[in-house]
Amino acid sequence: MSDTSVKAATTEMPGAWQSLWRSLKRVLREPLGALGLVLVVFVIVSAVGADLFAPFEPNKIDIRAKLQPPSAEHLLGTDQLGRDIFSRVLIGGQIALKVSLVSIGLALVIGLTLGLIAGFGPRWLDNALMLLFDSVRSFPTVMFALAVVTLFGPSLTTVMIVVVITQIPIYGRMVRSQTLALRDAEFILAERALGAGFFRIIGMHILPNVVGPLLILASMDIPFVITIEAGLSFLGMGVRPPTPSWGTILNDGYSYIYNTPWPVIAGGIPVILTTLGFTFLGESLRDVFDPRLRKEI
Amino acid sequence: MDANNVLEIRGLNVEFASERGRLRALRDVDLTIPRGSIVGVVGESGCGKSTMINSIIGLLAHNATVSSGSISFQGEDLLQKSERELRDIRGQHISMIFQDPMTTLNPVLSIGTQMIDIQYRDQIPKAQKKARSIEMLSRVGIPDPESRLDNYPHQFSGGMRQRIAIAMALQAEPELLIADEPTTALDATLEVQIIHRLKDLQHSMGCSILFISHHLGVIAELCDFVIVMYGGEVVERGTVRDIFHRPSHPYTFKLLECDPARIAETTRSLPTIPGEIPNLAKLPPGCIFADRCERSIGLCREKIPPSTEFAEHHWARCHLAGEVSST
Amino acid sequence: MNTLLELDDVHVRFRTHSPLNAILKGIDDPFVDAVNGVSLEIGEGETYGLVGESGSGKTTLARSIIGLVEPQRGSIRYDGTELVGMPTAEMQKFRGNVGAMFQDPVGSLSPRMTIRSLLAEPFKIHDLSQRNLGQEVNRLLEMVGLNRDFANRYPHQLSGGQARRVGVARALALDPKLVVADEPTAGLDVSVQGEILNLLGRLQQELGISILVITHNLNVVRHITDRMGIMYFGRVVEQGPTETMFHQPSHPYTLALLSANPEPDPDAEIDRLELQGEVPSLFNRPSGCEFHPRCPFADDRCQASFPDLTELSDAHSYRCHHPLHVT
Repeated sequence: MSDTSVKAATTEMPGAWQSLWRSLKRVLREPLGALGLVLVVFVIVSAVGADLFAPFEPNKIDIRAKLQPPSAEHLLGTDQLGRDIFSRVLIGGQIALKVSLVSIGLALVIGLTLGLIAGFGPRWLDNALMLLFDSVRSFPTVMFALAVVTLFGPSLTTVMIVVVITQIPIYGRMVRSQTLALRDAEFILAERALGAGFFRIIGMHILPNVVGPLLILASMDIPFVITIEAGLSFLGMGVRPPTPSWGTILNDGYSYIYNTPWPVIAGGIPVILTTLGFTFLGESLRDVFDPRLRKEI
Repeated sequence: MDANNVLEIRGLNVEFASERGRLRALRDVDLTIPRGSIVGVVGESGCGKSTMINSIIGLLAHNATVSSGSISFQGEDLLQKSERELRDIRGQHISMIFQDPMTTLNPVLSIGTQMIDIQYRDQIPKAQKKARSIEMLSRVGIPDPESRLDNYPHQFSGGMRQRIAIAMALQAEPELLIADEPTTALDATLEVQIIHRLKDLQHSMGCSILFISHHLGVIAELCDFVIVMYGGEVVERGTVRDIFHRPSHPYTFKLLECDPARIAETTRSLPTIPGEIPNLAKLPPGCIFADRCERSIGLCREKIPPSTEFAEHHWARCHLAGEVSST
Repeated sequence: MNTLLELDDVHVRFRTHSPLNAILKGIDDPFVDAVNGVSLEIGEGETYGLVGESGSGKTTLARSIIGLVEPQRGSIRYDGTELVGMPTAEMQKFRGNVGAMFQDPVGSLSPRMTIRSLLAEPFKIHDLSQRNLGQEVNRLLEMVGLNRDFANRYPHQLSGGQARRVGVARALALDPKLVVADEPTAGLDVSVQGEILNLLGRLQQELGISILVITHNLNVVRHITDRMGIMYFGRVVEQGPTETMFHQPSHPYTLALLSANPEPDPDAEIDRLELQGEVPSLFNRPSGCEFHPRCPFADDRCQASFPDLTELSDAHSYRCHHPLHVT
């Protein structure tokens, strides 16, 4: 036991993989973490394989079969144009995940970097970055989106740009305040006294301590971004019809909610499952990343 | 209960439910605080000091239960009181001061506001409350108290803040003051100032003090009685002279021996207590200290020693009590 | 004995207002002097104790020796290298040549790292990865008396004493000739304190290192140091061999500190030089001798001029207009 782990410490890569595997096992040990992981994997798999799994072409119109309840043929029924909702939900998931993962991932990386620089770098840079963040945040999201759409025209890319720009200050601020709290901590002083450089301190000692809460925030932001995408698509500033998205499915369904609730339910369930999945996963990831919260002693 | 005692704890047992099982944090704890006296509590980390204080003020953690025993304060059992009744006792009859006074002072309110505020129970005009606050501040040694009432906690130095905390704790003229390491964060020259002030105030106000400290010198100088705690038990209690001159539990003996202040000859090899504090979830069948004790005999590992009064007002939980002392 | 560390007239100033702010508010000198002209020497294999209350500048001085704070004036020569004015990149490489221990045993260890990574850290930082890190980690653990199993633990799973041992191991990892230990036993129980001090003593003998101990605990200083210096308000007001300082202090502040140390004996004769007030704020530097507002012997001269250094025999020196015991 001790021999293998000593080796793991001497060579960097196997150690990193080993710890990743260990983290994964810890996530699976918690019931909620396992559920979250299963849901997230399920959502990702169904989105990635949407083209394979979809029984119908999602935009194929069949007016005669409109607003049908679920059946063996149409698992989640059809919408007002007779399109298969199950297929549209699968393809919509692809779009929702693409928008949320790409834009949040981008916002996370940029926000993290800027936040670390603001928190650990010189005072003037901190002040400049804070001013920038505050200016961005002072625009209402919808107004900001309108401005961006006017500039670039409505498209999926526009939605992503809006999300990235509005989320960066949130992540940046959070990382900055945590970094500020850590920069004078004794263990950082101790590392500096050993001769550790700027990047080593930021990467190995500050980053692991700020990334946990950030991951939670990010995973809980995914549903929020999905609703932004839906909202913008509804306003005609996001995904253009007939491309399916969970937002457009929901919005389409609203008009017919008195006739048939299926489209709304079919559009709502994936949002709920995705929300729960990412939230549970985020929370258990936080626990795993923070050894102090681990329950074993 | 003896009417001369402010507080009497008898046979107190407290348990914590934890993932490692049942932790028996306090076992058969006895404590007596005679009226107008200062009782010191000595013990290393994990000895149960905090659990004991929290039991007295009724602020035990959620996973803690008092399985048996009684805590009589002025003749009434605190363990039988409702949360409401306890709230009336805390602050009015029992007050506390802590190691870090900033934990008790609100950083966004001026000292005057806070001192007047805590007198909310008294139906007297505000001017009178203010006058009382000023008087209290001058009694704890704050220079120019009248003008300093408008200052905020951060405008005072550490020593001054602790004085203010003491003033606030004593303002309601409590019967019992619990002081939890009140001088640990202070510099040596301030520490002696504060303990002298505390002793003077105790004298003039006639309250009793339960004084927790790891600084044996402070305990020796300030206290009348001392209890020594180890691993959740009171292993020895007696007058301050009994404890320091005639320690009768091997742990007390070792603890005193370890204090570098008691070693007159300069040495580079300081005494230590080998071994570690036992796991409270897996208690040994016999004496809690047996594993680390140099004098343990067969009996010590088999039978838990009872607390015996082997000399007047001097108890020890040791099978060899009375035989060990001052070798 | 060869000199390992030599400090000459070291000044450390901290900016209180930004340049713009200072102009706007009309402040001529937007700095405070944290360390104000300190000179001292530490020989090879020697243990030097730096004693002072909070705000005396002892921690700042220690940080300038390990290269974390740059002095504005003066010279720090360590093993033939001048630290003051060293370029930043070079300074970063230099760090680690002086071992450093910080106050909080657990808090000075990076919380997300295992003890193994923490112990391998010094070698990785200084590009010594060609060494067998596993072996080095085991060597360090053994050196400080920790079982190999500890390598897999995290800092929060250690007791204060164990975490302190890890701190000692890290400080000694790169075979420094000098270790700067800031309050090495703060927050530790007395029995554990003895263990850590004995460990440091043993390692000093084995490795021949010098130790600079910064502490307010005079009992520790008395047992483990060869020489000591007393700091007050950024200056060393008295220094000399520890024996002499304890038996014949020359500066009234030294006497006050020594006597402010309550003895763990209830019948001890208390002959105390009790000081008034507290250490003044750095923003409010008293004129002349900084100690005069609290000094019982102060007169006009003390208020007017700062006393020169007086050297007695035996490397004992002080700065006072009214020294004790000197005829």
